[in-house]
Order: sequence, then structure tokens, then C-alpha cells
Amino acid sequence: MALEYSDNEMMAISAGRFVKDGDIVFAGTGVSMLAATAAKRIYAPKAVIFFETGGIDPSLDEIPMAVSDLRVMSGTCLNSGLIEAFSIVGHRKLHTIAFLGAAQIDKYGNLNTTSIGDYHRPKTRFSGSGGACDVASFASGVITFMQHEKRRFVERLDYLTSVGWYKGGDSRTRLGLVRGGALAVVTNLGVMRFHDETKEMYLDEYYPGVSIEKIIENTGFEIDVSRAKQAVPPTEDELMTLRNEVDPQRLICKA
Amino acid sequence: MEKLMTLDEAVRKFIKNGSQIALGGFTVMRNPMALAYEIIRQGIKDLHMVCHSHGQALDVLIGAGCVKRLEIAYGGAGRYAPTCIRFKKAIQQGDIEFEDYSNYQMSLRFLAGSLNIPFIPTKSGLGSDLLNYEGFSKEIRTERKVATKKFEIMQNPFIDDKDDVVLLPALNPDVTLIHAQYVGEDGTIRIKGLTFADIEQAKAADIVIVTCEEIVPRSYIRLDPDQNSLPPFFVDAIVKIPYGAHPTGCFAFYDYDPKHLNMYRVYANDDKKFKEYLDEWVYGIKNHEEYLNKVGSDMLMKIKANPVIGYAVGLDRR
Repeated sequence: MALEYSDNEMMAISAGRFVKDGDIVFAGTGVSMLAATAAKRIYAPKAVIFFETGGIDPSLDEIPMAVSDLRVMSGTCLNSGLIEAFSIVGHRKLHTIAFLGAAQIDKYGNLNTTSIGDYHRPKTRFSGSGGACDVASFASGVITFMQHEKRRFVERLDYLTSVGWYKGGDSRTRLGLVRGGALAVVTNLGVMRFHDETKEMYLDEYYPGVSIEKIIENTGFEIDVSRAKQAVPPTEDELMTLRNEVDPQRLICKA
Repeated sequence: MEKLMTLDEAVRKFIKNGSQIALGGFTVMRNPMALAYEIIRQGIKDLHMVCHSHGQALDVLIGAGCVKRLEIAYGGAGRYAPTCIRFKKAIQQGDIEFEDYSNYQMSLRFLAGSLNIPFIPTKSGLGSDLLNYEGFSKEIRTERKVATKKFEIMQNPFIDDKDDVVLLPALNPDVTLIHAQYVGEDGTIRIKGLTFADIEQAKAADIVIVTCEEIVPRSYIRLDPDQNSLPPFFVDAIVKIPYGAHPTGCFAFYDYDPKHLNMYRVYANDDKKFKEYLDEWVYGIKNHEEYLNKVGSDMLMKIKANPVIGYAVGLDRR
């Protein structure tokens, strides 16, 4: 019998598979927290999870619900502050992977977490950048979690909060951002990556049970699907670790 | 200790209509809630808030109509309000003047203020709309404590190749509000857990008000000075107010209160209900004991942190 799993579980596992031993992982809230913890518990025990608030390598026996949660300060190697955390994100000696979420994304992986509509009098206001713009500027790579919907995968962002590949090609480097860029986008339907030269988004993996057509339908811009393959579903081991060790209270897993 | 005063005295003495205020803490952690409630009770208006990532205290102040102007990186309260509700409404309805920065940018602006330098460079935000849209109008830019421009992009003067850097104006708030775990009898401040940007915010400000869980002997706070956060001379007022960050958390003392934050979300979503919330939890509260009685001993026990681990193990946080 096939294993049952939730969207958040599939997303956390898909993103976790990108993390390697030695990576320094910057986690945000929600599924990003789940993915970072899963990555460390399952794939990369020597990865270090840290938070923009200054908590470095917490034990994460319980899953934090915010980046300022007491649980990001417990069992750490060091508790510091925002300035120290940002000195890690962009550090030239470190390979840092950042997990972010967004309300809108464009084909170059630029993100909007600020507002929909006119900036000064928006139709919908979101939380704002927080540390997202900063880590998008400085981290070695960004993995973004999205709900895969046409209104979120847009031709043009209402507000560009965090820079991905900017206008494609080498435009990011020309801005003066010397490293980093969008590594992948993990959604409830599949995993997108970016073309080496044009930096345009393409479909890399679709989840079992999801058709390529469904992904095309739910993407608001043209997306290359020529390289798409089916994702490997979560294994029983991966799911057990996620449920029993990462999020035993099922605060995020069940969604 | 002459700096020791009541909540009422500290707010009355140092916070005025139009003051520029920085808040210690972060989203759902160590928000100076007791101070925020007292500001609301005293009817202080037209505040200019300068924030990195803020949640509960900022949202209550905005909802109560105390805030005119806001410089901010993030308004959210973790999973309980991914976008702060009264903050969201105020911006969507055009009720407050606002300008967006990022967390690092705001932290750097406080750092610049603390070092008494007029501006500070970074590379963060290049290409972003944070550097395309100014939130404040030209008229506002001439007012007290508002920078004449949001930022400036310039060529790195130390190299010949093209290299853009972003200059950000320093911040020197009128008052910084901090909730700390310990204050020594000598006025030394000790913050446990993450300090966020509290220390930069405190050093950048003209006035610093600290509320705390405990006042401890000078001999205790000086036994392990490596753990201390601020020397006494930066602090102007000290108020002892246990659970002064509730419903946000305080490392090694208490967790955030999931029940209260969930209730707040429901009340904040409705203008009429939000007034009821303020009446019940702010205006109608005669003293802090009454507030804690309303929270209830069962909840205070549930959120009580394991002092070794730092949080309330197994707390139902749904």
C-alpha cells in the first residue's frame, strides 16, 4: 500500500534533500522550519541550522513556531542577535542555504512578501521583508516554498521584496550581489529549478499523482517542462523521522 | 535605586505624544507588553515607531490608535498572525504613514545610531523595491526624526570598478523600551536568550526604559558579568513587572501564551471586538495583579518555562 503523506511533508522532504553536510541553513517559519529540521535529522547531520534572530544550532527538540521562538534559543552553541546572524548569512567562508516563503514569485525567482496592489495603499498587505531581502542578497542559495497557484506564480511582481536572479542572465551579479541567487522553488505540486544561463525557472520534478499539465495550468508564466521527471516519494524512514523526531506535536506536518 | 519607578511614572515621565519609539524583542518574544498597555492607557498619540520585526506590542499600539508613523521590516506574530492584523488593516486603510526596510537594514540603522555615525553602508537590498519605493512623502521628510531620504546608493569610493553600496540613515529613537529577565541592584541589565537588536536599540536611544522579571543583588549580577547585556548608565528607568512580556515569551521564565495569541487573532480581526479586547485587557485593568488574575494561574503554570531548557516543554501550542 502506498504511504500517505501531506503536502507539507512532501515539501519539507523535497527541500531537505538539497541540504548537504557542512551547509549552514537559514530557516524561516512554517514549512521552512520543518524542512530545515528534517534536512539535519535525515540527510545532513553535520549541517547547522540558524535563525536571523541570532540562535545558532539549537537542539530543536520541539519545532519552533516563529524565528524568535524560545525553542531557537535552547541547546544552541551560541545565542546572539540580528547583526551577528547576518554576519553569518553572507560570510565568505560559509556555504549558506536559506529557506524562504513568499506570496508571489516570478520566473527569475524574485519574491514578494510585502504587498499586492499599490504599495502606498495596498489591496493586501503582508508582513514585509523581515530578513528575507537580506538573505536573498547574501546567502549562497535560496530555496523558496510556495503554494503553486497562478496568482502567486506571476509574470510581474506587485513588489519585489527579495532579489532572486533579478532580470535573468548575469543581471544579479551586475547589481553588485556577488554570490547566491534562487536555487529551487518547492511547491505543493513539484520542484522548480533555474536554467544555468538564462536563469529562467523550469520544472525539475513533479510529485507522484501530479500531472505536468496541472503545473503548467497553475503557473502564471510560460515554464519549460522538457526536463521534468517524477519526484521520488518520501520513504517510510523519512516520514517516520519527520513525524516522530522533527514535529512530534504535528504542528506543521499535518497541514 | 533612583531609576526604579512604577510603570505609570516611567511612561508619564519619558514618553510624549509624537515620541519616536524603538521596541525590544522580536515578533512573539520579549515584547515590552506592560509598557505598551500603559502607553495605551495614558492615551499617548502620534508615536513614530521604528522596528525591525515586530508583533504583539506593535500591533496593540497600532490598533489602539497610538501610532502615526512606522518604519518597519516585518509585522508578524509567528504562526498566530503571519501578518499582524491591526498593522495590516491600518496600512490597507491608509491609517498610518509607513516605510519598509529589511531586518538587517533596520539593525544597521540602530547600530549606526549607537556609534553616533550619521549613516551606514550595506549591500543588502540592491535591486529590491525596498530601494525603489519611498513610503514617506516629501512633507513628512522635513519633520523631526525623519531622514531627508530613505537611502542613497553610491559607488564604493575605495575601488575603481563599478561597485554599488546602499547608504542607510542612522536612527536615534527618543525612547527604547526593553523587557529583560534581570536587572541588578546597581542597574546592570541582563537579557537571557537572544538579544535581537535590543542592545543597539538601547545604545542608540536618548532614553531607555527597562521592565524586568526580577531585580537581583549587585553581588549576583557581578558574579558572572560575561552574561550581562547593558551597563547601568544607559538605562533611565527600571520597572519590576513579572510577566511583563505576556502574551509574548521570555526565555527561561515563560513561553508565549498560545491561548491568548489565538484569542487575540479573533478579536483583532473585527473592529468592534478589538475595542472589547482593549477594554477588557488594557483599559479595564487596574494593576498588573489583576491582569495576571485574568490570565489565570492554570495558564501561568502551563507557560512557565523549564528554567534549564528555557521553554515550557510539551506546551500545547496549537
